[in-house]
Amino acid sequence: MNTLLVASEVKKTFVMHMRGGVELPVVANVSFSLKGGACAVLGGPSGVGKSSILKMLYGNYGCDGGQILVRHHGRHVDVASASPRLVLEIRRDTIGYVSQFLRAVPRVSALDVAAEPLLIRGVEREAAREQARGLFTELNLPEKLWSLPPATFSGGEQQRVNIARGFITDHPILLLDEPTASLDAANREVVIGLIASKKAEGAALLGIFHDTDVRNAVADHVIDVSAFAAGKAAA
Amino acid sequence: MTTSDTLEALAKAGIPAPEKPLLTVEKLTRVYGKRIGCADVSFDLWPGEVLAIVGESGSGKTTLLNCISSRLTPTCGTVHYRMRDGASADIYKMSEAERRYLMRTDWGFVHQNPIDGLRMTVSAGANVGERLMAVGNRHYGNIRGAAIEWLARVEIEEDRVDDQPRTFSGGMRQRLQIARNLVTEPRLVFMDEPTGGLDVSVQARLLDLLRGLVSDLGLAVIVVTHDLAVARLLSDRMIVMKEGRVIEAGLTDRVLDDPRAPYTQLLVSSILQV
Repeated sequence: MNTLLVASEVKKTFVMHMRGGVELPVVANVSFSLKGGACAVLGGPSGVGKSSILKMLYGNYGCDGGQILVRHHGRHVDVASASPRLVLEIRRDTIGYVSQFLRAVPRVSALDVAAEPLLIRGVEREAAREQARGLFTELNLPEKLWSLPPATFSGGEQQRVNIARGFITDHPILLLDEPTASLDAANREVVIGLIASKKAEGAALLGIFHDTDVRNAVADHVIDVSAFAAGKAAA
Repeated sequence: MTTSDTLEALAKAGIPAPEKPLLTVEKLTRVYGKRIGCADVSFDLWPGEVLAIVGESGSGKTTLLNCISSRLTPTCGTVHYRMRDGASADIYKMSEAERRYLMRTDWGFVHQNPIDGLRMTVSAGANVGERLMAVGNRHYGNIRGAAIEWLARVEIEEDRVDDQPRTFSGGMRQRLQIARNLVTEPRLVFMDEPTGGLDVSVQARLLDLLRGLVSDLGLAVIVVTHDLAVARLLSDRMIVMKEGRVIEAGLTDRVLDDPRAPYTQLLVSSILQV
């Protein structure tokens, strides 16, 4: 199988200047790879640094060491040292991300929130919306909500908008931060199905799932983040 | 790694550099006597990119914006702009006439207070049409047509085209100012606190409008704001200033979610949660 991402010796430490410069080591020596057609799961207790790892892979957090090589436009680039402009290009075309919470933009309809990643790629608006409608239908999002801005939606409704937004493109790498946390059983099944089709299309997925049923249904292997706990590496 | 490092790395790997920066600012400094307005600021801006300059009042962000946009002569440093023909020009080596033409055509400037960017005693339509006439349009019908079209794009009803902006609300004036700037299809627009002084609902509408226009037109924008939420919504990249100097720069969401500099951490932690 195709290796699409290799993280090696990635390190993250927060320095809290508001608290007298105290250093908060999060993870160190994070090393793993992601292959196309498989879903890996970050495991370990809360607070161990799972979300921080996802955020570093997406370029949202900076890395204090190490490399994150991804195959982007047929060559290898390092997310950890990429310029802002390259990170944006990687996000547009190579790495997708479904965050836990939707950051709602005022006045933009749920449909356009979900369609946006396609619009950024230059897909025509109506075609992009049509794909968003398809995903909303699949995710059982009531049609009366589609034209409304998601700010006032329930947690589960917002999460489904977020999932549609994340799954609408064909990014070869997809990061999932607890995409099913606020969903009911029926919609969890839908997401499990969406993940399975991404795998079938050859995408590499990496997720955090606290729900054991979902994790068991999608995981091909588990990456134990406690092994990267920064305290451990220092000892 | 800076943009030029990345390009160098690309060149070494045999990959042609894609496009070139639209604007290159190098070591820009402006002092007022012994006080520093801004010091040693350097960055590249790429076509279609939105850069936010943030910092509190007095941090030098407006001085910097004015130096970049040729409204205030810098003490030292350079600003290069890539003209439509692809040539790079030092804006402070152009003649005054060339610079003025650039500002009327390829550049826009949206002021915080619309009164500074509009003519309050001529009609809304004329405010938009004036920029078109400045670039040589003479046909009244075409100019009026373009003005009405632009008013519609900024959500101003056609029946207000003959009204003077002094009869408009603050939000409408700001939208009119944006139409006036965009009618000549500039490639670079400077904005100084474009949503300052507006009610939050009016601000949300304006931000949404700006987001749409920026992405539809592929505009490059440099926006000065003290509001980090505005920076997050509008910009790709961010520069944080304090006492005239850049203390942190990078991808907007990274600077806001993983701030490094003590001052940026203080700014981010001072945001009120709703």
